[in-house]
Amino acid sequence: MKKLAFHPDDSVRAFITTIPEVTYGDGPLSGVTVAVKDNISTKGIETTCASKILKGYIPPYDAHVVTLLRNSGAALVGKTNMDEFGMGTTTENSAFGPTLNPLDHERVPGGSSGGSAAAVAAGLVDCAIGSDTGGSIRCPAAFCGIVGLKPTYGRVSRYGLIAYANSLEQIGPMARDVTTLSKLYSVIAGHDPRDATSVDRPYSHIPSADIKGLKIGVPDEFFGEGVNPKVAGVVRKALEILESYGAQTVPCTIPSMKYALSAYYVTCTSEASSNLARFDGVRYGPAVETLKSWHDAYSDQRKAGFGKEVRRRIILGTFSLAAGYYGRYYQKAQTARQMVRDDLERIFRDVDVIAGPTMPDIAFRLGEKSDPLQMYLSDILTVPANLAGVPAISVPCGNVEHMPVGLQLIGRYFDDERIIDTAYAFEQGGA
Amino acid sequence: MVITALFQISYHISGGHKNTMVTAEDVRKIAKLADVGIDDSELSEFTTQCSGILEYFAVLDTLDQNKPFIRDRYNVLREDEVLPSLTQEESLRNAGQTEKGYFKAPRVM
Repeated sequence: MKKLAFHPDDSVRAFITTIPEVTYGDGPLSGVTVAVKDNISTKGIETTCASKILKGYIPPYDAHVVTLLRNSGAALVGKTNMDEFGMGTTTENSAFGPTLNPLDHERVPGGSSGGSAAAVAAGLVDCAIGSDTGGSIRCPAAFCGIVGLKPTYGRVSRYGLIAYANSLEQIGPMARDVTTLSKLYSVIAGHDPRDATSVDRPYSHIPSADIKGLKIGVPDEFFGEGVNPKVAGVVRKALEILESYGAQTVPCTIPSMKYALSAYYVTCTSEASSNLARFDGVRYGPAVETLKSWHDAYSDQRKAGFGKEVRRRIILGTFSLAAGYYGRYYQKAQTARQMVRDDLERIFRDVDVIAGPTMPDIAFRLGEKSDPLQMYLSDILTVPANLAGVPAISVPCGNVEHMPVGLQLIGRYFDDERIIDTAYAFEQGGA
Repeated sequence: MVITALFQISYHISGGHKNTMVTAEDVRKIAKLADVGIDDSELSEFTTQCSGILEYFAVLDTLDQNKPFIRDRYNVLREDEVLPSLTQEESLRNAGQTEKGYFKAPRVM
């Protein structure tokens, strides 16, 4: 085994845990420094999900992606900050305090994989692993000016990812360039029998910048109300550049976008209310007061251990699933979810890729989004890919007020290769 | 069933009116059901925020409910074989309190 010392100048507070002496082996990623989001289990290394309720939790096993990273020779140098349990768009909902945007310390890095994005953007690591439930890889990638991929659902094992909303989330790669992202993706993709939703679609693609004849659908909804016109302008210009490389753009519409955000939040809070029931201080986390009665002890424990946004989402999810409300919320959300899938499948009959901005605006100032609903609304452009399970990537495409703008490319099921090629073509300036 | 009764007291959508979707009492009850605890000092903040969010979600109720979410997945089954797993010691290592090789939890009754 080889050794590497890791003492980063973490002025942006990207890390929750760093590993000063890292050992690594041989393999395709030998010596490549990788930061891992703190909701992914690492044997022997504290894993907190940026929550007080998991303070001191040391997983007794590695997540599948971590095993794959170790086997590839990657140097796992630390665990990154995030919104608690992945619930947020800015990394401000962390029990450890916010991570700062490396490009402007008065702005957020995006979230929830904000620590991973900031560590990459600040040059502290070569690449990072994030997770994306409703945009949590793509949003911070866009805000920090790096590349981030949410793979097709099922392509990367979720074994060892501490669950927030199982039907939506995927682990994915983040890097400063498409080539590094692609290499990292080739290591983490593939079948794992321990995740029943895992599919046997490994990734071994070498990015190609040749996109002649590529048909790109451009949904009206991605450039409409709520999207900063300057951001929309930068993305439109990026699409013209892709046209100059031989791609063709076609206007399209996603009428179900009207329901997408509600469908997303009803689904993820419902799943969260069930998933987070396990945090009771019995098997892990700070000890629960065993002399009190069951409900009193758990309520005290969870009130002290969970942040406000987590408790708010558990309350919303419990409400959505309650008998008598299930039909109005959860069931309708599943109808809307199917409508989003249908819309995307219809569009993908005519086009190869759907493109638009990743985020409706540039990185927010710290504390700017204090109202939870306003925060939720900023996820509108990223949630459709999670609802449908299709792959999506964010690649930097320009600046507004000196802050980066992300171009989002959404692909067909298992066509991650094509959106990676399109991002690569943009990054390389054509073939 | 109990849950239904709890909310029907206060919940109603009336076309376009900005009514409070949930009352403070509802939020207190849900917080209790979910074991997340709630202070009197937080109650009005949570109620206002949850009401605003549920009001936004109400757009879903305009949908026809004849379109089930199609899952083109199937149950993934395997033989129930014994594979290497965590030892008892490893399983208990993160526990707050243990006794005689068991997790120790609060009393139920």
